Amino acid sequence: MEQSAQEVVLSPTDRFIEKAKVAAARVSRIKNFAEAIAYTIDLCGKQGACRLKVSGCDEHLTEQAEELCETKHGKIIAAPALESADFDSLAQACKNNGFSCIDSGIRSQLAGVDIGFTLCDIGIAETGTVVINCPDEELRLATMICEYHICVLKESDIVVDAFAAEAKLNKFMNQMPNYTAFITGPSRTADIERVLTIGVHGPLELHVLVLED
Amino acid sequence: MQKAKNLKEYRTECAESLNNDYLRTALDKFAVAYRASRKNAFAEFDVDQLIQDVADMKDGALLHLDELYEQFKKTAEAAGVTVHLAKDADEANDIICRIARETNSKKVVKSKSMTAEETLLNHALEDQDIEVTETDLGEWIIQLRKEGPSHMVMPAIHLSRYQVKDLFSEVTGAAQEEDIEKLVKVARRELRQKFVEADMGITGANWAIAETGTIGLVTNEGNARLVSTLPRVHVAMMGIDKLVPTIDDALKTLKVLTRNATAQAITSYVTWITGANQCEGATGNSKEVHFVLLDNGRREMAKDPLFSQVFRCVRCGACANVCPVYRLVGGHKMGHIYIGAIGLILTYFFHGPDNAKNLVQNCINCEACKDICAGGIDLPRLIKAVHARIQDEQGHPLPGILLGKILRNRKLFHTLLRTAKWAQKPVAGNDGYMRHLPMVFFKEHDFKALPTIAEKPFRDLFEEINPLISNPRFRVGLFSGCVQDFVYPEQMVATVKLLAENDVQMSFPMKQSCCGLPVQMMGEMKASRDVALQNVRAFENEKVDYIITLCASCASHLKHNYPVLLENDTGIADKVSAFTEKVIDFSSFVHDVLKVEKEDFDGDGKKTAFHAPCHLCRGLGVHEAPRNLIETAGMEYLSVEDEEVCCGFGGTYSAKFPELSEQLLNSKLSSVEGTGAEQLLTDCPGCIMQLRGGFKKKGSDVKVIHTVEALAERLKKK
Repeated sequence: MEQSAQEVVLSPTDRFIEKAKVAAARVSRIKNFAEAIAYTIDLCGKQGACRLKVSGCDEHLTEQAEELCETKHGKIIAAPALESADFDSLAQACKNNGFSCIDSGIRSQLAGVDIGFTLCDIGIAETGTVVINCPDEELRLATMICEYHICVLKESDIVVDAFAAEAKLNKFMNQMPNYTAFITGPSRTADIERVLTIGVHGPLELHVLVLED
Repeated sequence: MQKAKNLKEYRTECAESLNNDYLRTALDKFAVAYRASRKNAFAEFDVDQLIQDVADMKDGALLHLDELYEQFKKTAEAAGVTVHLAKDADEANDIICRIARETNSKKVVKSKSMTAEETLLNHALEDQDIEVTETDLGEWIIQLRKEGPSHMVMPAIHLSRYQVKDLFSEVTGAAQEEDIEKLVKVARRELRQKFVEADMGITGANWAIAETGTIGLVTNEGNARLVSTLPRVHVAMMGIDKLVPTIDDALKTLKVLTRNATAQAITSYVTWITGANQCEGATGNSKEVHFVLLDNGRREMAKDPLFSQVFRCVRCGACANVCPVYRLVGGHKMGHIYIGAIGLILTYFFHGPDNAKNLVQNCINCEACKDICAGGIDLPRLIKAVHARIQDEQGHPLPGILLGKILRNRKLFHTLLRTAKWAQKPVAGNDGYMRHLPMVFFKEHDFKALPTIAEKPFRDLFEEINPLISNPRFRVGLFSGCVQDFVYPEQMVATVKLLAENDVQMSFPMKQSCCGLPVQMMGEMKASRDVALQNVRAFENEKVDYIITLCASCASHLKHNYPVLLENDTGIADKVSAFTEKVIDFSSFVHDVLKVEKEDFDGDGKKTAFHAPCHLCRGLGVHEAPRNLIETAGMEYLSVEDEEVCCGFGGTYSAKFPELSEQLLNSKLSSVEGTGAEQLLTDCPGCIMQLRGGFKKKGSDVKVIHTVEALAERLKKK
């Protein structure tokens, strides 16, 4: 099959970035973890990702759905499963900006958190996919119930396609129990009139920060 | 859900769909958009190879289904899951109802599962006073409307935003707007609440990986992630055919599945669950997990040499996306629970002959589904085979039996055709069409003018017009098919002229008859086999390089179906293969073998469109030859939208479903007229009958002729 000249020369990282963008992910390159924190604080604050009410809560809902909406208080960043030093830096930055930062108890935040901040294990260049090994329920939930998901991907973890990730996937699956998630872009649906609509159950936006290493 | 009791009732229901303007527009737009986006999604890959990989993998897995099940059960149970094997739908529902009782689950959230639709699981749970909420947006919508899915991937494709707005207004008790983004957000919040409350989550599975005991789930919305994470109990239900040996096998399918289903390189989420995962909502912080594998006849079917290939199905729904009949009538008329071409087949196996008997007749045999199937399943063939089985079980209707009897006796058949020439006198016009239709036809067949039987069939003309060629380049046998022999002999005459001009020596074995496709379409497999044998015998002593037919359907049937029909006639296997190998369609012979050139013709630049017969473009894989010939002979080729979409003839299909045939025809005529073409060429007499009759009825000036006639007319005068 024909390949355009451009695709032939793309590095796995560049191809990952291109494909992730096709899937409506927002991708940035960062040089260190501090940049990831700065990015997150900026998204939550200046970019307006953190709101008092999560999306959909302004619509006309049933009483039960309204009640769930009202259980959310303040602007929340959920950042489970980080190294403790990294979590502390993020938590400090959040505190300075008036956001709360949690790494546990996410089950009591099911109304939604504003930002889920996580690391991931693999990047798949062919499809722009991030892979998160998340048997840890806090980690899993953070990626599901957040309005915005920020995910840090180490450049060295990028592989050309899913087949190249098989050894790692098998390793995850053999550490039973296991929950491994392939995530490509935001949550989407086309179930009403085939119109592509973002954010039906999961995050409205996926931000991938590709960390140079 | 399709439940018509008889064909008449079914036809009435299909006709109702034709009046649903929203549905028609939506499915038209979808069909066109899908074609382009699928092509784009596979642009970087060798799609045939990817499909072959899926087919090989699935075929291999089927041979070891029981071992794979044992391995899967062992690994999954070692990881804390309970694995169940249900022999049928009732048992599967009973198992899941029992789990609900034992875990005191009152509220269930569900993500999409066709297997659960197959067993009508929701009804079973609701009968136990359990609240079930579908969480896939489309599934939730149809659940609230108490409907079945109209597409396997887009279950609510038949509904407009206005209908959803009204529905959501009712559900929330507050007026909603028709803004799709807002409607989606309403669903997000209403369903989030349901997730929080639920005791049990039910998912399907796209794969059950034996090696690691893992299930894989493919979704875009992310609902299956929540369903499998939040509630304290998780039940995953899947057909036993979802078993694959390793993650590698699952990834092979994934690569084709999403590209074929929605033209996505991958869906937003693919989730791999192994064992009983951590769950803070559960006692002991560990989720209770059950995998229910459903047999429901699958293990038996996996051993069937013909039907086992249905398990290559990955439930992508693409066979509906490209089906011209689905595009007209929508999924509720194109399946009982499973939709599209695969649905016609699965209905018979999972929901019985009574639910399938009408549906299986609604295949026009255009092969569009076979052409794009992610597992390379020969869907049209299996649909015909199911039709034949149902007739064997429930009795054959008279028209099929009669036609079968007649076709088996060539002399009788040809005598009848000759007699028809006299019988039609009272209704035949002077222009080659019937003035009005005899009473045996009903008014719904009156959308096209029908041709009369020719004065003299080709078989009576051949000897006098066939020239003797000295030093011929090729020797060919002509296979006319019944329509060109008895209705359009002029197309054969044009062929003789064109081939003689190119130094080709022809012969026309008189014992040839109808190719047999019409009886095959009617599910008369024995008659089909007998006719095939007659034709092979008719040509066995001909010393020819090629057997040429001007009819794409005949060519495709002779070439691809004869070896299957005659596979048990082992004594003549060599003759059958010698015959089928020589068969070639007209355009390919002239283009690829004779290699005619511009200098052979006097071109006139006539604006010319082409209709690609289904059995030419898909049946034989011939795309460019006729288009190139149009230009070689000095006509101006105009490309038509939907050039490779069926004209609605489909042989006996147009007689059985005249309303649908008429709609397909009209779409085709309009798109041809839209190009400003003066003439329309095609390579199939059946298509010509349909298209020419349609233009005649419309009073249009567009002339419909066979490609050979256009070429012969323009042969350079010597």
